[in-house]
Amino acid sequence: MENLLNAVVLAANYLVIPATTYGCQIALGALGVTLIFSVLRFSNFAHGEMMSFGTMITIFTVWGLQAAGISIQPLSTALLALPVSIAATIAVTLLTDRWVYRFYRVRRVEPIIMVIVSAGLMFFFSGLTRFVIGPEDRNFDDGVRFIISAREFKERTGLAEGMSFRTTQAATIIVAVACVALLFWFLERTRTGKTMRAYADNEDLALLSGIDPEKVVMLAWTIAASLAAIAGTLYGMDKSYKPFVYQELLMPIFAAAIAGGFGNPLGAIAGGFLVAFSEVALTYPYKRLVSYLVPPSWQPDGLLQFLATDYKYAISFFILIIVLFTRPTGLLGKRSA
Amino acid sequence: MKLLHSRIFLFAVMALLLIATGLVQSWSVVTTILNLCLISAIMSLGVNIQWGYAGLVNFGVMGFCAVGGMAVVLVAEPPVGAAWSAGGRGIAISAFIVAVAIAACLVVARKLKLRTRLKQLVLAAIIMIAIFLLKQVFGPATEAIEAVDPSLSGYLGGLGLPILASWIVAPVLAAGVAWLVGKAALGLRTDYLAIATFGISEILVTLVRNEDWLTRGVKNVVGLPRPAPYEIDLQQAIWFQHLAAGLGQPVDGFSTIFVKLCFAALFIPVLALLMWLSESALNSPWGRMMRAVRDNEVAANAMGKDIKKIHLTVFVLGAAVIGLGGAMLVTLDGQFTPSSYQPQRFTFLIWIMMIIGGSGNNWGAVLGGFLIWFCWVEAEPAGVWLLDLLTRGLGEQSELRHHLLANASQMRLVVMGVVLLVVLRFMPRGLIPEKRGQSFSD
Repeated sequence: MENLLNAVVLAANYLVIPATTYGCQIALGALGVTLIFSVLRFSNFAHGEMMSFGTMITIFTVWGLQAAGISIQPLSTALLALPVSIAATIAVTLLTDRWVYRFYRVRRVEPIIMVIVSAGLMFFFSGLTRFVIGPEDRNFDDGVRFIISAREFKERTGLAEGMSFRTTQAATIIVAVACVALLFWFLERTRTGKTMRAYADNEDLALLSGIDPEKVVMLAWTIAASLAAIAGTLYGMDKSYKPFVYQELLMPIFAAAIAGGFGNPLGAIAGGFLVAFSEVALTYPYKRLVSYLVPPSWQPDGLLQFLATDYKYAISFFILIIVLFTRPTGLLGKRSA
Repeated sequence: MKLLHSRIFLFAVMALLLIATGLVQSWSVVTTILNLCLISAIMSLGVNIQWGYAGLVNFGVMGFCAVGGMAVVLVAEPPVGAAWSAGGRGIAISAFIVAVAIAACLVVARKLKLRTRLKQLVLAAIIMIAIFLLKQVFGPATEAIEAVDPSLSGYLGGLGLPILASWIVAPVLAAGVAWLVGKAALGLRTDYLAIATFGISEILVTLVRNEDWLTRGVKNVVGLPRPAPYEIDLQQAIWFQHLAAGLGQPVDGFSTIFVKLCFAALFIPVLALLMWLSESALNSPWGRMMRAVRDNEVAANAMGKDIKKIHLTVFVLGAAVIGLGGAMLVTLDGQFTPSSYQPQRFTFLIWIMMIIGGSGNNWGAVLGGFLIWFCWVEAEPAGVWLLDLLTRGLGEQSELRHHLLANASQMRLVVMGVVLLVVLRFMPRGLIPEKRGQSFSD
């Protein structure tokens, strides 16, 4: 019995909690990508850099707040800085739309031109963030580290395995759930949200019914930018901020959006968790977990790891490729975008 | 005629830029830049073949560069006998298992008449069995190989052939990979193709980076044989000392320049040959057919053209050229460093070259390769110089000044992004646009 409990705790500690947190972060990013895809009809390669930009603004705000002696202990100051970062990211995104994307949008160029343009913006913003804040790794989480620490957990329960639950993990999950709830309430219940869905479903019909496309596009950028700033900040708070890593995050996010069916918000969330759980589950060595569950004589020799951790990012590419080749409309999607 | 003028004019400007750099900085810098310009031009030509001729979006340039680079190691490095005897058999058996599994999958998928669900189950079973068998053979074999003198070898090594042979093997290898990728991915619509190729290139680079038994991974392969003379030999050669004295150059400095010129002498004929081939292809009936397919797939299909086959051919050709560029780069560097393959440098920068030069025009792609590589390299000293000038007023102790100067190199990403956006907006057809609507006499 105790062995079983130990196994459960071990699995929760190393698999479920990290994967859930990571899944929330990926899902928020994928929601932004999928939203832009359904309204503007192109894959935004600059989304990872928007997340990076938002996180950079968060860090600057955190430094400012810390200098002014303002904090919301035991929570991380980053949460307090979030609104500033969201506002700045929205402003920058709307400006890029005004100065860059709109030119192509009103000319109705092929999606691939938009993709190349977004790659140009990716270049621009990755250079900008690295120039302004520098390419180094930065840790800006200043809240209380643990809600439950592994040691405390062991003492309380008397189990051999500890389980830790970090404040940033809790914050990630709570903020993500709140965002998703708000987004779905907006899309399903409000008039503006319905307008947006109508526009995404059938542009011509929406235009005929007097929907202002500019307004819908602005709104889509606003939401995508907010989600990017939030996702970026949560990821950076939970792990750390390094511009290079944010560039690499683009692929898990695309994988999540595609697995869920581009343009499908629910799918993006499901995709986010699929990617996160696959990444964590396939690179976790199961040796210790199995040792609790099988009799001692069956002890495994190897680490029981499916893939080396070096292949962590490759897993999302595999998911992406497999989904693209077998079900290009996504695992949940019906409509071909 | 006007077009020719502008082409000559633009290449003359490029030459002047290089000469000016030689006068301001040094001739050693110029020769370094020149060699990489030549390689960039070849990579850019490859992307142009795919996108410019056929409208295929390959965001996986990096992957084919890495495959080409790997080919150099596999061709030129001497074989490691101990590693072969330690794990060669295991690798051979693994390769056999993979081949059998693939063949079995193909037979089941193509030949057997089963219900879809059952077929999927059988396929899954074959793959599972293959993976299980591989775990037994492949893991121990690679471990044994990697244990052989890990600080020096720890991999199978190559064939020990002359390094220039890799310039033939690399395009073939890259073409083979591109054939597999194209077979699977070319049916996708454009921006999915972009994402798919991007993903595949990341997988390729991850493999190259982590399969130590094949490529040494992040331990790198250094000291690859060189097709050009070594500086130290030159410095001791009497004829070279005379040559340097005759030119009034110091022997040490001139030897490095001379070596780089030797490389350039190897690269220029390759570029010229590729250029000749590309130009004749583009102006042949085949080239006209390519453009017809690109501009109106449906109409071309109605005229009886096999779009799928044409796309696959052109994708493979482009990838082969990119692979050759990757091999030349590794040859020039004299080392294979898998961790240097980053998408910004190897995928998007090449795209910027091709678009700014003029997609669909071979001369444009080459010019873009030269110009953008030049800007990419020179943006760093220029950025430092500019920031130094701008922040001089802040004083030597200013933290802001130090921060800005330390990160000045990042400015080149910003510059490249802006250049791409500006060109896309104001001259979307590039510096040397594609000839359109030409008459038969042209």
